[in-house]
Amino acid sequence: MALTNAYIQEKLVEKFNDQVFQFSTDSGILSFESAAENNLKILQFLYEESSLGFTFLTDLCGVNYPDNNGAELVVVYHLHNFIQNIRIRFSIGVPVAKPDVFTATKLFESANWMERETYDFFGVNFIGHPNLKRILNVDEMDYFPLRKEFPLEDQTRIDKDDEMFGRG
Amino acid sequence: MEQQSNITLPKGSIEKTTTTLNIGPTHPATHGVFQNIMEVDGERVVSTEQTVGYIHRAFEKLAERRPLYQITPITDRLNYCSSPINNMGWHITCERFLKIDLPKRVDYLRVIIMELSRISDHLICNSIVGVDTGAYTGFLYVMQYRELIYEIYEEVCGSRLTTNIGRIGGFERNFTNTAFTKLEKFLNEYPGVLREFEKLFTRNRIFMERTQGTGGISAARAMNYGFTGPNLRAAGVDYDVRVQQPYSSYQDFDFKVPVGTTGDNYDRFLVRNAEMWESISIIQQAYQKIQEFKGADAEIYHADVPEYYLPKKEDVYTKMEALIWHFKIIMGEINLPKGQIYSAVEGGNGELGFYLISDGGRTPFRLHFRRPCFIYYQAFEELIKGGMLSDAVVTLSSLNLIAGELDA
Repeated sequence: MALTNAYIQEKLVEKFNDQVFQFSTDSGILSFESAAENNLKILQFLYEESSLGFTFLTDLCGVNYPDNNGAELVVVYHLHNFIQNIRIRFSIGVPVAKPDVFTATKLFESANWMERETYDFFGVNFIGHPNLKRILNVDEMDYFPLRKEFPLEDQTRIDKDDEMFGRG
Repeated sequence: MEQQSNITLPKGSIEKTTTTLNIGPTHPATHGVFQNIMEVDGERVVSTEQTVGYIHRAFEKLAERRPLYQITPITDRLNYCSSPINNMGWHITCERFLKIDLPKRVDYLRVIIMELSRISDHLICNSIVGVDTGAYTGFLYVMQYRELIYEIYEEVCGSRLTTNIGRIGGFERNFTNTAFTKLEKFLNEYPGVLREFEKLFTRNRIFMERTQGTGGISAARAMNYGFTGPNLRAAGVDYDVRVQQPYSSYQDFDFKVPVGTTGDNYDRFLVRNAEMWESISIIQQAYQKIQEFKGADAEIYHADVPEYYLPKKEDVYTKMEALIWHFKIIMGEINLPKGQIYSAVEGGNGELGFYLISDGGRTPFRLHFRRPCFIYYQAFEELIKGGMLSDAVVTLSSLNLIAGELDA
């Protein structure tokens, strides 16, 4: 039987009731959200439930929504079922003041570095991670550069000393 | 014994029987900026810690301030052995997001370019595996034929390594006759070269003994580690984005997905070689399909999307409409629709994904690159543990790690 988005949604709602919400289909991929403390239960259910079988973690990344009070940091999981060839997207939000998320490394080895990257750039604290330290940035860095509070330089600024750039 | 007791050695230093060995960040055997801090017992690897990030350039942050077309040059610098696939992957992501339909001819032209760059990527990787096992000839010999591919890029877009090829909606200009002549030359000459290259290695006793049974991984572990591309297929999983989620009309082509069984260095080598043969066949099919377009159809090289595709220069000078679009595009003054998309293409070394989130502004709110080799490089320790140090070097190159992609 071909796996459909509707069936996945039905299964999830049956298991987790109102713990999973905000179902939508963006460009063919079923997306939903949940509270941060449920992430492992949901990932494990998607992995182990034989009719779902999302055994491949395609991608894990962070997003920062500074205006989203109480869930400023979002962790997005992209999962893939190779046999049925269907993807889903699942995200959890955590407050920037206490960004604690359970690690998925017990389920997926591939989550190890992706979680380190998310920690490195957004400061999401993955509880239980075997080696949570910076990966792409220098170890001495004391901020999380992909957060929106660090804007890139305004391209139209005029207060630069042009001589330093060979244009003086 | 009593005299010796006042010597204070650091705790644990007597018991330590292994040697710490630093390989990299710049080392002739690493082919890129990789550092490995290895614990070796004699010549056996006990453990290793990979350090990455030496050429991190904050691409994801940069992309948040750039209109879509300015992000293409960033993607060049991910996997620079197959830049055109990254460029096309990005264009395809934008086109899917903006719901732009492409004419078939553009799709086929793209397929030609993408398969050429897959060949150049696999060619580098396989010949470097040869170098690391002691056969320099193969590498030096095939480099001449990679040059033919680069000449085609040069004819189509003007540059060779970081190509910035194509635009959102198609190509910047039509392929010239010279480009097709160069393509024909490549198609004529390359199969013979690849056959000779295979003869050098595939049944070569030294090569086989160096690569068979080293750096192997099971299909289940490979999936758990997030392997994709030739490395996953060498372990026996026939996952290929071109087949599973066809883009750029790959469904119109007839090709096989080669798979291995043991996932070791030898299987990875064979899978890449077999993929090059499939790529040649795809290019031939695509070229044939392109020749079937006649008259005005044979002149189509982009879709009709004035909001994203730059108008012709002579129109910019003479027509109001074209002038307006020209400025709006160049200054990045076009608001994107709201939403998010994950779109993937089969890159040189695996599934290259783009996760784009837009809040309705002029630039992406967030853009995340799913870089295949960043994800599968984690498995390196498991692949080489207990093996010889010299095998670790071969494993490193047969994984096809590209530092630019690893560090984004």
